[in-house]
Amino acid sequence: MAGITPSQTVGPYFHYGLMPHDYDFSEVFSNNLVTPDASGERIRIEGRVIDGDGQGINDSLVEIWQADSAGRYAHSADRRALPNASFKGFGRCDTDKNGAYSFETIKPGAVPGPNGGAQAPHIGMIVFSRGMLRHVYTRIYFSDEAKNEADPILALVPAERRTTLIAKRGDRNGQAVYTFDVRLQGDGETVFFDI
Amino acid sequence: MTVYPKESLEAFPPYVFEGYRSTVKRSPRKPLVVIPHTLSELTGPVYGHETVHAGDEDLTKQHAGEPLGERIVVHGRVLDEDGRPVPDTLVEIWQANAAGRYIHVVDQHPAPIDPNFTGAGRTATDAEGRYKFVTVKPGAYPWGNHGNAWRPAHIHFSLFGTSFLSRLVTQMYFPGDPLFEFDPIYGSVTDPKARARMVSSFDLENTVPNWALAYRFDIVLRGRNQTPMEH
Repeated sequence: MAGITPSQTVGPYFHYGLMPHDYDFSEVFSNNLVTPDASGERIRIEGRVIDGDGQGINDSLVEIWQADSAGRYAHSADRRALPNASFKGFGRCDTDKNGAYSFETIKPGAVPGPNGGAQAPHIGMIVFSRGMLRHVYTRIYFSDEAKNEADPILALVPAERRTTLIAKRGDRNGQAVYTFDVRLQGDGETVFFDI
Repeated sequence: MTVYPKESLEAFPPYVFEGYRSTVKRSPRKPLVVIPHTLSELTGPVYGHETVHAGDEDLTKQHAGEPLGERIVVHGRVLDEDGRPVPDTLVEIWQANAAGRYIHVVDQHPAPIDPNFTGAGRTATDAEGRYKFVTVKPGAYPWGNHGNAWRPAHIHFSLFGTSFLSRLVTQMYFPGDPLFEFDPIYGSVTDPKARARMVSSFDLENTVPNWALAYRFDIVLRGRNQTPMEH
């Protein structure tokens, strides 16, 4: 077996390649996933990426991947996908000087789970950063979802740590805003998944 | 159906590597929670040719003049663990200029900015998984990790592959760099065979006479074909 190419850190200088909004290079990804044809509740997700000293990390790159409001992924492995839908479900955001990130998106629906069951609505998240030789993977769940109780993945997480995966719903000028901080280390360390 | 064996990740460096100081406060300390691969992980962002603009793959032609430095061709194939090509997948790169200076606002290394070089590029693989960039060879540059610390010359690569499980950000190095043995980022990959997969090879066959040296860098992403169960 040949083996895969190892991961290396994204380093401190990725912005002009991956998020070039302040540089002389075209941008193809953004933190706004909403497309005109996307149905479902519009939401904002915001939070900070925080290091082991409790400091915000100003050079992280956060990526999210999610289903549409009907729980379908825009991907060939999801046979229910709508090939002509413009909602792709992928967003990318660089953290600011305080370690803050945000996404404008729509709330995903419940998606199929293992063994024919269902999973509560959630969004997959990858975090890269200077000082991280490899990325971490976590999930954002939503505080107002009764389905969390029966979610087969949350059930694998020690009960006292589940809250780190649940974004708290709030309201700002009539729009739903979910807060989801990512703590890489220390008190309240976010649950990261071994996948 | 593509499967993503967990053992494949043994090629990755650890989260904490003491020699690279910034990992100490930016690494999880609690055990990662093992979960099965559900549709949420087995799917992922798929981006290809539609995201690439003409000229994005030639970093020497993005400005009015040509950048200074040694012009090079960097090319290779993106493959899965079975050696099958990963077609039409986005490859994003960024790098320092020939003097070892990033155009990034945070880089204060006192080496010259090149007004004709940004250092960012993207392309998508063809049906055989092939990609190609034209750029200049990046310089080594100093960093503050330890006394007299210098990064070996490298080009940053970002790839999506076939699912969120194949996502990869890595760095391509140049063969025979004398800085390898002093660099904790390169050194964080301790298996010599895995390490070698981060190093490009000089490619005389694709070197363009009177114009540019070529380096070949094949990238292997996680994922293999499901093998039928044996009974």
